[in-house]
Amino acid sequence: MTLKPESLLCSRPEGLYCPPGDFFIDPVRPVARAVITHGHSDHARAGHGLVLATAATLDIMAERYGADFAGQARPLAYGEATRRDGVEVSLAPAGHVLGSAQAVVRWKGLTMVVSGDYKRRRDPTCAPFEPVACDVFVSEATFGLPVFRHPPDAGEVAKLLKSVAQFPERSHLVGAYALGKAQRIIRLLREAGYDRAIYVHGAMERLNALYERHGVALGPLAPATGADGDLAGEIIIAPPSALAERWSRRFADPVPAFASGWMGVRARARQRAVELPLVISDHADWDELTGTVAELNPAELWITHGREEALARWAALNGIAARPLSLVGYEDEDA
Amino acid sequence: MRAFAELLDRLSFTASRNAKLVLMRDYLNRAGDPERGWALAALTGELKFDAAKPAFIRKAVEARMDAELFAWSYDYVGDLAETVALVWPARPGANHEIELPEVVEALRTTSRAGVQRLIEGWLDALDATQRWALLKLLTGGLRVGVSARMAKQACADLGGVAVAEVEEVWHALAPPYEPLFAWLDGRAPRPEPEAQGRFRSVMLAQPIDAAVDLARLDPADYAAEWKWDGIRVQAVSEGGLRRLYTRTSDDISAAFPDVLDALDFDGVVDGELLVLREGRAAPFADLQQRLNRKTVDARLAAAHPAGVRAYDLLVEKGEDLRGLGFAERRVRLEAFIGALASPRIDLSPLQPFATWAELTQLRAAPPPGDARKAEGLMLKRWDSTYQAGRPKGPWFKWKRDPFLVDAVLMYAQRGHGKRSSFYSDYTFGVWSDGALTPVGKAYFGFTDEELTQIDKFVRDNTIDRFGPVRSVRANPDFGLVLEVAFEGLQRSTRHKSGVAMRFPRINRIRWDKPARDADTLERLETMLTRMEAGGDLD
Repeated sequence: MTLKPESLLCSRPEGLYCPPGDFFIDPVRPVARAVITHGHSDHARAGHGLVLATAATLDIMAERYGADFAGQARPLAYGEATRRDGVEVSLAPAGHVLGSAQAVVRWKGLTMVVSGDYKRRRDPTCAPFEPVACDVFVSEATFGLPVFRHPPDAGEVAKLLKSVAQFPERSHLVGAYALGKAQRIIRLLREAGYDRAIYVHGAMERLNALYERHGVALGPLAPATGADGDLAGEIIIAPPSALAERWSRRFADPVPAFASGWMGVRARARQRAVELPLVISDHADWDELTGTVAELNPAELWITHGREEALARWAALNGIAARPLSLVGYEDEDA
Repeated sequence: MRAFAELLDRLSFTASRNAKLVLMRDYLNRAGDPERGWALAALTGELKFDAAKPAFIRKAVEARMDAELFAWSYDYVGDLAETVALVWPARPGANHEIELPEVVEALRTTSRAGVQRLIEGWLDALDATQRWALLKLLTGGLRVGVSARMAKQACADLGGVAVAEVEEVWHALAPPYEPLFAWLDGRAPRPEPEAQGRFRSVMLAQPIDAAVDLARLDPADYAAEWKWDGIRVQAVSEGGLRRLYTRTSDDISAAFPDVLDALDFDGVVDGELLVLREGRAAPFADLQQRLNRKTVDARLAAAHPAGVRAYDLLVEKGEDLRGLGFAERRVRLEAFIGALASPRIDLSPLQPFATWAELTQLRAAPPPGDARKAEGLMLKRWDSTYQAGRPKGPWFKWKRDPFLVDAVLMYAQRGHGKRSSFYSDYTFGVWSDGALTPVGKAYFGFTDEELTQIDKFVRDNTIDRFGPVRSVRANPDFGLVLEVAFEGLQRSTRHKSGVAMRFPRINRIRWDKPARDADTLERLETMLTRMEAGGDLD
């Protein structure tokens, strides 16, 4: 690298900034020009001037914030490039949720890839992560500790279905983040052969419809609120916070389940009074993080948020210069 | 190992007893022999290994990964077995499924050094949940919230038999219990329980509803005695074998060598385990010092000498007395205990009475002495045979009225299962120097409707949150007063208030009572002093 990577991307209070192109990536405050990696609300905020993102991400933002969420929304397909003042920006699939992308930024022969949130395993609701050779890889590290090693998701879904069969007189209330996780759980249940109606919390209905519009078939769904009876023997999917709320009392002796990477650690499950922890995450686990860095073998690894210190140490032990950026504003709660 | 690990994993997150029974029954139904037998032995505590010390496991993992990364991981998770299970950097190649019997067999037959050589290979071949289960097994103590009694209940559910039947045959069997499962599966007759030294299922009493029951019962049909405040035990001495069992058939002989020494007879005695000093019963707190220990040292045994207060005789010199009426057994018991003349085994005296009014009076005002420390009265029909379980009618327990205090709700915690959306576990306090001091925790005693009301109160008056716990507004001018009922008080160094309650529960919700009028710590201390003195203050 002849150029210093800091001259292409640097950290500002608003987020990661590109001085030569004059734009931000996933800024946490309103800015003039933003590249948005995916639709989760901590990365995709309303009120920017120009937003560049995949069509699916723009749809998600419009669904959440209304059609006027930005001054101008410009879709960019995976692999398509756009230029501004000599800086080339393209998007590559990140495998995190529908529409999620890595931002690939090229300038004067220097390539930097900002992963956004990503995972490496198969997800039937979005395009798989695509590795892009780069000089600097800017990675998330939500699960950047060797204790986070997500098991195969089919096994976790089998656990849920076994419990449903074992406790036919109880309902199973699965906490899952409304964007991405909920639809993935539903698809995984369908793949496991579960074809009954799945009951969903009202907060998820619009995003479910959006996924369907983008070609992710979810099978028979029904609203959980206002359903006849107490839904004994049925599966209900709701935002994690709803498990502790009065809303959940309408169901038959619910088995509280929670689909999250945090559920791999027993104390985290106990803290939330979860009876059936499902270790299913949309983020890369430790093996995926380290495997991705090893595969890309960048000259430098920058770490945006999460548990930076352990991943940085691993990189140092493996001869890769690592730098934590400690960007603030990205929540890890419902990963 | 896979199914067993999955069972332990689910049990560890499941609070409801019924749900735990379903999980265990289904496992026992699906798993084959001898795996399920070894699993049952691990759950009942019959199978305990001490094959690997934490230091050994830690060394093994640090040889494979960066010590700093391991330290951060351990710091985050907080439990060594769990951390190692999660981070274990498996070497590829070990891909055959490790089964529980294979592990148990190796642990039983291989030297400690030999086992340590095997452990790494096992960890390599297992997934994270199975590694966690294996490490629990290796380091002793599963700690998944299952008692031996509960595991036996799951066996009973599997075979559709009464748990008393399982308990009766239990001590004639050894892991992996193949004859037991053959019987429960309906493939073989019930195993022969006639081993000497075995446990006999105990007879339990129904709680009396004094207002209803006394009116229809004839006082002449019943004997009365004090309900002692210790733990129910069965002392067995047959053919040179001596055993001390709890009422759920746990063998606690090893922790009570002083009692075992005193079983200088041939028979089976039913009675109360107490700390006895010169024939006087000590408070329950004294006995508690000796409970839940595997063994006892001489100093503790001398300071807290245990004994049995006998109230029934089930077997005398090989003769089964359980078919006789209580009156006949009582005559035999009195002669039997009298002949023993042991300071460690005495007789629970009968309390003569002619009318229910007289007995009501006795219960309300026990005479000075041990009776003041009793939990209430027992009523036993003179003609009652000794029947396993809790038959309706022959025996009643009539507990002393509970102690009551008015306390103020301070913290509330979300419950589990059915109650996971309710703040149902309450910490309450009493006034001490103008501030509230927590004195106990209770999570039952209220109706579903009252729970909804308290839950609303908690949500409406939260002043702080710590994870699943909410701190509730409570000051002299505002707060929710709970009338708390409890069975006794004891001193405690673990509680800031210095007192601990036995069996606290919510008796009444005093929506009407101002918080400032709740009780004081001083009043609890006075109650405690009186309790400790027993009848001696009079």
